Amino acid sequence: MNNRRHFLVKSASALTMTFIVPSLLSSNAQAKKPLDQKVTDKKSWGMHIDVDKCVDGCTACVDACNEENGLTGFGRPETDSQWIRKIKIKDKTTEKITTMPMLCQHCENPPCCDVCPTGASFKRVDGIVMVNQHTCIGCRYCMMACPFKARSFVHETLTTQNTNAPRGKGCVESCNLCVNKIDHGSDTTACEDACSKAGHNAITFGDLKDSNSKVRLAIESNSPRRLRDDLNLKQKVFYSNI
Amino acid sequence: MSDYTLNKLKAPRLLYWGIFLFLGFLIVIGLASSSYMEHEGHYVTGMNNQIVWGLPHIFAVTLIVIASGVLNIASMSSAFNKKLYKPLAPLSALFAIAFLIAGLIILVLDLGRPDRLIVAMTTYNFKSIFAWNIFLYSGFFVILAVYIWSMLDFNVTRFSSLVGKIAFGWRIILTTGTGSIFGFLVAREAYSTAVLAPLFIVMSLLYGTAVFYLLLRVISRLQSINIPDEITKNIRRLMIIFLLANIYFLILYHITNLYISKQIAVESFILLNGGGYTTMFWLGQVGLGLVIPLLYEMTNDEGRSFGLTITSLMVLVGGFFAVAVIIIGGQAFPLNIFPDHIILESSFYDNVIHSYTPSIFEFGLGVGGTSLALIIILILITNLKFIPVKK
Ligand code: SF4
Ligand code: SF4
Repeated sequence: MNNRRHFLVKSASALTMTFIVPSLLSSNAQAKKPLDQKVTDKKSWGMHIDVDKCVDGCTACVDACNEENGLTGFGRPETDSQWIRKIKIKDKTTEKITTMPMLCQHCENPPCCDVCPTGASFKRVDGIVMVNQHTCIGCRYCMMACPFKARSFVHETLTTQNTNAPRGKGCVESCNLCVNKIDHGSDTTACEDACSKAGHNAITFGDLKDSNSKVRLAIESNSPRRLRDDLNLKQKVFYSNI
Repeated sequence: MSDYTLNKLKAPRLLYWGIFLFLGFLIVIGLASSSYMEHEGHYVTGMNNQIVWGLPHIFAVTLIVIASGVLNIASMSSAFNKKLYKPLAPLSALFAIAFLIAGLIILVLDLGRPDRLIVAMTTYNFKSIFAWNIFLYSGFFVILAVYIWSMLDFNVTRFSSLVGKIAFGWRIILTTGTGSIFGFLVAREAYSTAVLAPLFIVMSLLYGTAVFYLLLRVISRLQSINIPDEITKNIRRLMIIFLLANIYFLILYHITNLYISKQIAVESFILLNGGGYTTMFWLGQVGLGLVIPLLYEMTNDEGRSFGLTITSLMVLVGGFFAVAVIIIGGQAFPLNIFPDHIILESSFYDNVIHSYTPSIFEFGLGVGGTSLALIIILILITNLKFIPVKK
């Protein structure tokens, strides 16, 4: 109980910091740290994944995400949360085998947000799609709606939590592009860092609106595609060389 | 049945209390199951990150579909002015309320955070068909309450036909809304045809009529009265029409899916090689739920109440399978994330047909919820005048 209260207090204050404080301060305070600033549409966060650089058997991105967001499993793979996962696929015609990370694709037209009855699933103006852990009722409709199986439902009581990633039993969660890091001024995600640290550089993250950003350069020097672009969801995660 | 009055249920005391306690016991089991699931978390259920909606949703959707369908008897009297059904209209509306409550309670108790119901009732995302459904259900509830009141209170009976017509229209929209919950899921190929909504409407008519007849049988037994032959014959005729309509829309639904080439894989999964799901479809939904009852009724003597009872039971069990095939079958088939590729490996089961084995708790919740509907009916017909008897 104590633990829980502790967590609630912490996560509530984390949320206040992320959502409420910035909006209160933005009008009068001089913006020095990004945390003081309101989220604007001046940036549009996105990701490029070069699957040719992704290495079979490597799970650096997955491990880093679990670490960053405190996703400790219970040894029950069918119900444990996975915000990012490794997939291996084979092209039906060329038989080329590729391996790559799958995560929330941060759709511009996100079906998860369209169906959410309470609006807990929402898209920030900077393009990040995430779940408000305070208003999610755990109906799992968003999980039914997501074409990429990007979401997990928290199936059991959490005992350890990271303050920077509030989570809760009975709510749905998914990759939020390390929103906490970004709101603290970072322009990388844990998975991108881990991938480059492992020497693979398959993941490139950044501001899609900045023509000099590394993600834009990566996109322009490859010819990436969106998964299931027939669905016209305009995802912010691009894949090259599939 | 022009000369009739409405009476309270006068069942033998012992029998009444026996049924009451039995249903009460099942409700307690339902509550215990749900609080256990809530306390432990959903990992104790058969649901997981692959099959996110399970047995509770099968129960809930079936009950909500029934709720709209049982009102058909009242609609026949108010919207289509069928005099024969007028005496039964209050019962029909009462059943509708009871099943609606039961279905919704199951849905709420299965939420990850049922304690946040108030959030669901106060924060709406108007883009969400789910949010619209909350409106449709609450509206239906209010309309039915007014409708029952207008039928029972002789001072306001002149309104009852108008309210009945509103209820009729509302329930068609409501069932369309329920069907659309699935229809809006762009990525779930089993659901992405427009035929799903009309299919839900004919399903509701069929199951609703079956449930109405079954409950009518039970009540007439308890009250030691006979169901007039005319009613049995009429309900039988309705049942045959609805069975045919269901078969028609089911064929239409699957043919539409087969036409959309990217949906062929999921179609052949349901129709041919889906293992348990294929069995549920052919034996449960089609065989037990549609074809056998239809053949049985068409070859059966007209108006035999026993035969109609058997038919209704088969339709109901078949209906449960039909909803199960739609809900679970649609999720079991893996999402088509890479249309041009085969998924070889994934830690998140992207490459396998998902299996689902419901836990006893989900079953307990479903049965408890259903018992809630029955106990509401029992209490109300015992304390208010709902049952028509000849003067
Ligand atoms: S990938 Fe899924 S969870 Fe992420 S924004 Fe798109 S629909 Fe929502
Ligand atoms: S589970 Fe939560 S986030 Fe998902 S649709 Fe339901 S309320 Fe919205």
